[in-house]
Amino acid sequence: MRNKLRLGFAVRFAMRESRHSLRRVGVYMASITLGVAALVSIHSFRDDVARSIQEEADVLMGANARLRASRELPDSISTILDSLSRAGVEMARVTTAGSMVLAPVSGAVRLMQVRAVDGSYPFYGTVSTEPAGHWTGGIGPGEVLVDPAALTQLDTEVGDTLVVGGVRLVIAATVSDLPTDLGFDFAIGPKVYLSQEAMTRAELLGAGSLARYEVFLRMPDRDDRGVLRDRYSQVFSATRVRYTTARQQAQDLSNGVRFLGRFLALVGLGALLLGGIGVASSIHVYVNEKRPGVAVLRCMGASQWTAFLAYMIQAGAMGLLGSLAGVTLGVLVQETLPFVLKEVLPVAVDTHFSMGSALTGLGIGVWVAVIFALIPLLSVKDVPPLQALRQDFEPPRRRADSLTIGAYALLAASVLVLCIIEAPEPELGLGFAGALSVAVAVLTLVGWSLTRLTRRFFPRGASYPIRQGVSNLFRPQNQTVSVTLALGFGAFVIGTVVEVEGNIRKDLTLSFGEGQPNLLFFDVQTDQIEGVLDLLPEPVRSNAEVAPLVPSKIVAINGRTPEELRADTVRERRPDAWALRREYRNSYRARLGRAETLVHGRWWDGTPGEEDGQEVDAGGLTRLSLELEVARSLKVSLGDTITWDISGFRVPSVLTNLRRVDWNRMEPNFYAILEPGGLEDGPQTIMIVARLEDSGARAEVQRDLVRAFPNVAALDFSRVQEAIDTVLSRVRQAVGFLGAFSALAGVLVLISSLAASRVHRLREGALLKILGASRRQVLTVLFAEYLALGTLASASGLLLAVGAGAVVVPNVFELAYAPRVVPLTAIWATVAALTVLVGLLGSRSLLTRPPLPVLREAPE
Amino acid sequence: MMIVAQGLEKTYMSGGRPLPVLTSIDLEVEAESFVAVVGPSGSGKTTLLGLLAGLDEPTRGRVYLDGEDIFALTEDGRAEFRLQRVGFVFQTFYLLPTLTALENVLVPLELRGTAKGLTGEATALLERVGLGDRLDHFPAQLSGGEQQRVALARAFANRPKILFADEPTGNLDQETGEGIVEMLEELNRDARTTLVMVTHDLSLAARAHRIVSLAGGRIVSDRAGQPA
Repeated sequence: MRNKLRLGFAVRFAMRESRHSLRRVGVYMASITLGVAALVSIHSFRDDVARSIQEEADVLMGANARLRASRELPDSISTILDSLSRAGVEMARVTTAGSMVLAPVSGAVRLMQVRAVDGSYPFYGTVSTEPAGHWTGGIGPGEVLVDPAALTQLDTEVGDTLVVGGVRLVIAATVSDLPTDLGFDFAIGPKVYLSQEAMTRAELLGAGSLARYEVFLRMPDRDDRGVLRDRYSQVFSATRVRYTTARQQAQDLSNGVRFLGRFLALVGLGALLLGGIGVASSIHVYVNEKRPGVAVLRCMGASQWTAFLAYMIQAGAMGLLGSLAGVTLGVLVQETLPFVLKEVLPVAVDTHFSMGSALTGLGIGVWVAVIFALIPLLSVKDVPPLQALRQDFEPPRRRADSLTIGAYALLAASVLVLCIIEAPEPELGLGFAGALSVAVAVLTLVGWSLTRLTRRFFPRGASYPIRQGVSNLFRPQNQTVSVTLALGFGAFVIGTVVEVEGNIRKDLTLSFGEGQPNLLFFDVQTDQIEGVLDLLPEPVRSNAEVAPLVPSKIVAINGRTPEELRADTVRERRPDAWALRREYRNSYRARLGRAETLVHGRWWDGTPGEEDGQEVDAGGLTRLSLELEVARSLKVSLGDTITWDISGFRVPSVLTNLRRVDWNRMEPNFYAILEPGGLEDGPQTIMIVARLEDSGARAEVQRDLVRAFPNVAALDFSRVQEAIDTVLSRVRQAVGFLGAFSALAGVLVLISSLAASRVHRLREGALLKILGASRRQVLTVLFAEYLALGTLASASGLLLAVGAGAVVVPNVFELAYAPRVVPLTAIWATVAALTVLVGLLGSRSLLTRPPLPVLREAPE
Repeated sequence: MMIVAQGLEKTYMSGGRPLPVLTSIDLEVEAESFVAVVGPSGSGKTTLLGLLAGLDEPTRGRVYLDGEDIFALTEDGRAEFRLQRVGFVFQTFYLLPTLTALENVLVPLELRGTAKGLTGEATALLERVGLGDRLDHFPAQLSGGEQQRVALARAFANRPKILFADEPTGNLDQETGEGIVEMLEELNRDARTTLVMVTHDLSLAARAHRIVSLAGGRIVSDRAGQPA
């Protein structure tokens, strides 16, 4: 007679059982809750930001479209603008230059963005000033408006005077809510706004200055914007003027946000999958506790699948509850994000409840819960009825059957699909899934090996409680591998972030540190070199490096034009577009720079390269030195001729050597260097770098510089270092926010993994007490076990993090890698302490109560 | 006297109401004697044993073991007392499932820090209970009778003055149970231990020097047994 599946019974039984199981599997639900909350908040907020950017497109730009160039707009463009103006298109000019700004009242001087703005800008959005009303109607010729940050940096206040390029202007107000340009704003300090007339008087727009010329257009009719692009795209391209509509800019920005959001979603998915391990552990414990009950059910005639289904329904329901809680938490987090991330968001973000994100989170949560619960639940099916009579009856160990293999395959496939869905690109999803598998495999292997090594080499002379505690790691029913996975994974994620960030910071310190230049002057004109150098004390003056910058473009390689070269059908001969078409800033000098190594050919003075010293006859043309990578991209080798366009003149040069450049060093480094003698008379600007130890002296030099040479800009690298530090801190905060989800999920998994062996530990401890062990001895056994477990788990994760750092730091960031002992030790200590804490909290009844009641409550 | 219980009471709270399990127990047990405690289920036998051994705390009353007021000691003090002078045998054996037979027997010696060099003694004890060839087996690999024999060897490992046995044959068939009791008596005789055994098997109880009967949490009779 065939025993049939009774669905109705399974549902009713599941409902009755779950009345009592809610508290026990609370950890299971919480594991899912955190992961779902991370996913829902990231999904929803990503959509919020992208939508807000689209809605605010015109406000973000302050106009409907913009023309931008790095030099004054040529006549051809002015003609177009004139005709647009006649057709009724409103326009506003904004000219920006990097310049030194001095506050005489404090003596402080800083490099800032000086922006000359027409009164009508911006056409969209409201600009607020403090005191109010200073923006409307334009900035007065003797006035300047500033970012609030400028006041802080210059240690000055509204009403004081600023010196900008030799012109004195009164600070009329601070200004906020102006359209921003994230990229450019970042590079140079806070903004200072003045009238076009004041800008002209300040003479900041000389040759070679870091200037930007923009015209903002108001074209309410959307079609007009497209027509403008179509009609003039060739002119724009030929004159190197970039035309961008507000919608396009918003699209680019929201694409970026979506891409970033998807990256963050992967971290959220990591937290959810980690939660999956927690689910598996909790269900494992739950099922073990329920075995006698299941055996009784089987005795009473429930089929294998009825029993299985009754518990599967419970797992699904718990997963649903956990996911619902996760959606709620996720929505709450979504609501708080605009406030938390206010500083870094380009627009004010309105949050909307996203049904799509909520349902996706709910679906993924339930699926992960069910799929991870499936493997431990399959054992319910195999509980023999005999166990109801003899609890110690152990059914023969079964070999992995097709169902178990199928469950594992389903789990692997689900993880793969989820990674691909969540990742920005399928390849990244595949990579993430691959990385997860490798991490899990390596963690398991490392955990297993460390356990073996401990077993083999642990001192036999150690005291009994310590030996007993440590031995528990490899005794039957141990949870070593699952705890190693859970904690190790958390330690791995956090350790990798710490390793990568720490190594970048270390390199920054090296780049800006001892012996490296810390003061940069740019836009120096040739007749100002001596004057600028005279501002520096000896021996700083004689050690300063003077580098000319000559704007150049490639017009031919071996007589072939860029167009002909790009049309070459042989890929190996076709130069890369970026290298061929870029605007080079070449230099000329007699000797190699401090960050350079000659690799092939010979330097001007005959010094051979470290790999070969091949001599090339330049045939009377100017000799050229290229950096290795750019030479590779241009597909050129020693002896080839490159012809440059330098301010309209064609200068042919012959490649006679190749250099390797350490770009991480703060030296004037160049792709192309020509031998002195060929370019001195051409238009050029000069860059000077020096190292001046005393920060007070550096400030003084900058003050003198503003007075003597208003057009020259100076950059104090300690400010740049601060700016980069700020960026790194923000990145760390963003990753840390999500890392916290992973870490919390890790702790939950730790709790559920330890719960798996809690009963066993309680029994063992109570028995030891009955046999005469003191509380101290029991505590030592537990302490030794949890400390060893935490240490093994974090050591596995941190070893993997060091491995990841050793791969990522040199290959992605191109920096030398060295493990950072102090933070790694701190992570180990935290993880180990956490394990001991969670473990001891779970066993506290053992320490506070007599042994018999504990033994009664911890049945076999 | 090896064991003296005075005015011993134990009351549990059940559904918010006090539920007395033991009432006014006064008992004295001479050194090296064998006392059986009998009574129907729920009469308080196991509770009495737990209190006499200091495994649980009484609601009222005192217990002196070998002259020591054990509830005047701290939890750790009682543990130390057990380690030095008390042995146990349980109905459900209570072996540590993750330790081998030999390791289980060594636990009391390990706790005392005297295990070094005593592996031979522990092995001899296991050989004496007939398990010389099962030293490295885990409890799950042993039958019920074998597990109880490991528990016997463990109980005698620290040469206790008092041995408490709670239904030591309750989980075993009659033949195996008799074997265990014989072994218990023999070990008891040789080690001159005071033995208190809880059982509801009257034929087993009859082998004791003295039989104490409990009903409803009180001692209802105290008579001599018929030891062999």
